[in-house]
Amino acid sequence: MSTSKFEPSIISRPVYGKLSAQTASHNLLIADAQGAEAIIEMAEHAPKSFFEQAHIIYIQKGTADAYLSQLESLGANQLYIGPTYQAALPRILNTLENTQVGIKLYLAGTEGLIGQVIRDATRFGVAMSDIQTEHRGSTARRIQCVHCKGIIEDVTVDPFQCSHCGLFLFVRDHYSRRIAAFQGVRVDAEDPGNIPEAVERFK
Amino acid sequence: MTAGTPKINVTVESVTPLNALITRFTFRESCGKDLPAFSGGAHVVVEMDDHGTKRMNPYSLMSDPNDTKRYSITVRRDDEGRGGSLYMHSHVKAGMEMVISTPVNLFSLDLTAKKHLMIAGGIGITPFMSQIHQLTSTRAHFELHYSVRSDALGAYLQELTQSYPKNLHVYRDDQDEQLKLAELLNGQPVGTHVYVCGPKGMIDWVRETAREADWPDSSVHFEEFTAPKSGNAFEVTLHQSNKTISVDRHQSLLEALEASSVEVPYLCRGGACGQCETNVLECDGNIEHNDHWLTDDQRLSKTKIMPCVSRFAGKKLTIER
Amino acid sequence: MNITFKDETFRDDYTFSNSEEQIKRFPFPFHEDSYMYSVNMEPHAAVRPGSVFENDFDVDEHYVSEMRDRAKVLDEDPLRCQSLPHMTLAGWDLLELIMTSKAKDYPHWFELHRDGKNWHWINHPLNIEQKFIFGDETTLPYGPLEYITRQTQGDFVLLDQREENLWLEAGMVTTQADWSLDFDIGMNFFEWHAPVPLAHEMGIFQRALKFLLNIQQGTPARRLNWTMTANPLLDTSPENYHKWGKQKLEVTRENVGNKMHLRVELQTFFRLPRSNALVFPIRCYLIKLEELVTIPKWGRRFHRVIRDLPEELATYKGFIDNRPKIVEYLSKYDDGQDTSLGIWPE
Repeated sequence: MSTSKFEPSIISRPVYGKLSAQTASHNLLIADAQGAEAIIEMAEHAPKSFFEQAHIIYIQKGTADAYLSQLESLGANQLYIGPTYQAALPRILNTLENTQVGIKLYLAGTEGLIGQVIRDATRFGVAMSDIQTEHRGSTARRIQCVHCKGIIEDVTVDPFQCSHCGLFLFVRDHYSRRIAAFQGVRVDAEDPGNIPEAVERFK
Repeated sequence: MTAGTPKINVTVESVTPLNALITRFTFRESCGKDLPAFSGGAHVVVEMDDHGTKRMNPYSLMSDPNDTKRYSITVRRDDEGRGGSLYMHSHVKAGMEMVISTPVNLFSLDLTAKKHLMIAGGIGITPFMSQIHQLTSTRAHFELHYSVRSDALGAYLQELTQSYPKNLHVYRDDQDEQLKLAELLNGQPVGTHVYVCGPKGMIDWVRETAREADWPDSSVHFEEFTAPKSGNAFEVTLHQSNKTISVDRHQSLLEALEASSVEVPYLCRGGACGQCETNVLECDGNIEHNDHWLTDDQRLSKTKIMPCVSRFAGKKLTIER
Repeated sequence: MNITFKDETFRDDYTFSNSEEQIKRFPFPFHEDSYMYSVNMEPHAAVRPGSVFENDFDVDEHYVSEMRDRAKVLDEDPLRCQSLPHMTLAGWDLLELIMTSKAKDYPHWFELHRDGKNWHWINHPLNIEQKFIFGDETTLPYGPLEYITRQTQGDFVLLDQREENLWLEAGMVTTQADWSLDFDIGMNFFEWHAPVPLAHEMGIFQRALKFLLNIQQGTPARRLNWTMTANPLLDTSPENYHKWGKQKLEVTRENVGNKMHLRVELQTFFRLPRSNALVFPIRCYLIKLEELVTIPKWGRRFHRVIRDLPEELATYKGFIDNRPKIVEYLSKYDDGQDTSLGIWPE
């Protein structure tokens, strides 16, 4: 499967590239689900020494053991496999907090994962220019309900019902790096009850 | 908009020689009013009437930014230069009335930094003096690495040693002490920002070493003012003003423009801020680019000039002023 | 200036209105009979005594009631005022700027007595007296940004300057034209303005940013922006859109003159001395259509502007559905005569 394609959008909407191994003293790679493929592909063109200074954190997110043997064969200095983002979070935060200037981050997989790691990494002082990203797999969105402030993970349809406050929301492309989420706004605010049929926009 | 920032009338409160080359000047607002507060790393442009030539030199403020009663600057005498620092050293006395600009900061601290790593060479210590005041008042984490020729020629060495013994690291040329830069830059905690102010060679060295150690550009800060250089006199045609002016050996193009009442915006007068960037319409000859602003492509194309520091040699130069 | 502070509401029964004197000093934003985006910046210098441009921070007849409305918004949603940790110094800068300006410009209402770091602030209209130590947050009931902006009309955004960009990293936002501080905090200048149509393609924000990065201490700048709102509602926030959005449906051909308001933002920009941050005060002025048309030039011009506005802009500004009613109402006040250039009444 190749890197995801997105429609042109507004400036706040994140854009993703293709991972390309750089020489650096420390490399931190974090991926979820099909994001593993981006790392495996990057490895084909990586300098030999790249994985000697690499720490891979991989979140399976329902992919079971599909990529495990390939990831193990990369020979990373440290490899962690976790089932979900929540399970991996303490390790991610601990790793980010203890990194040094010169670290390069490689993030691959869903927008939710990439966005949340960017949020935490920049809070610890990692520069955006030291972070590469590649989107793979589901384009489902992480959304903040602007009304109740609840976060809804993996939204695929638009409009959708907020799982916290119950309002029906439409999905904007406006994106907050600090919250790592798109914005959801009540769809029938000007005409209560008039809720358009939900369309699957994000797969 | 008028050129520069609003002016402040000041009285020289004191002139204090610190060593053979370096003198501190302290100013108060002439009517006794408060001076504006400023941020660490800011500079003011000091106006001098040097025997009929108006000089306007930028100097970093080195006093406590919270002290609105007085400003201090420290000036190193440059015997080879065009005379601005010589004028300060030989003509400025306590009690004299002078004009300075409102502070401008082109070397601001990044307040999101987890740690501030400062590297100073010689007189490059001055912006760090005010920054350290600011960082101490907010209890921020900093280290100062200061290279001096000798204990005797290190400005504020004693004061810094007393106030910040844990933060200060001194390297003395005459003791063959050297900053081990690569070692220093490796292993800094993420979120550290490095700041350098000193001779051009030192700035280049720090930037290059940081790049080799994979530092992001956004975490590397430098202050690089160039005092305008003297050179051969030359003529310039001003297209909009429809006149031709001559630039003396010891005058900058910007000063020559101002002397003929052509107003050009500026902030630093040292080739760094980009405000005075001017289009070149015709260039039969060579522009001596002394700035830190234009890109290499812009320099080669001979379509831009920074009048504050750059000069010209050749047959004809026409600029859009 | 002799002003009686009005006792009025910006919600529920909406008793807000402008006095005759206040209408005359309204910052009408159109200098010609049409409108398109531009980087319409000018120095924030004092012009026309009595106008909203006379002082750095204009205090008008709505002051006390606007501050009461702000307190209600904050009670309901404290996230309307936020400051990232590195912006505290900029908050003190803003407090100093506002206190010194108001004490100088309105000495009968505001007093500031300073003895070194020991400050004594008196706000007579709001009955506030506070002794505190400048720079010490523990001596104020709120952080410096929140403390002073609970006493100052208009929204406030503090922008940190780094990497040749401006970063929105603190603010007090309760009278906004439909944007969320909680969502936008942390964004750079371009990201924050991302939803604005057309202007990016026109290069408006690139030019505006270049201008703003170079604003220096002592030389503030200003511009006007505008939109329209049904009812004199200050808090047109996305957070509460599900509550106010339906009010747009209440506009009829009969009540449009009373219900529709031109909403003008006087945006100013100051470099802050101690933090080197920028502050961006966004002051909202509201006027009913029926108040606006009492100035004949404004009635004629506003009709032409609204009638000819590009559809994208009318949509973005949120009045596309009500535009026909607004145009019909205003057309009654446009006799086709020429209007003079400039924003002032004839």
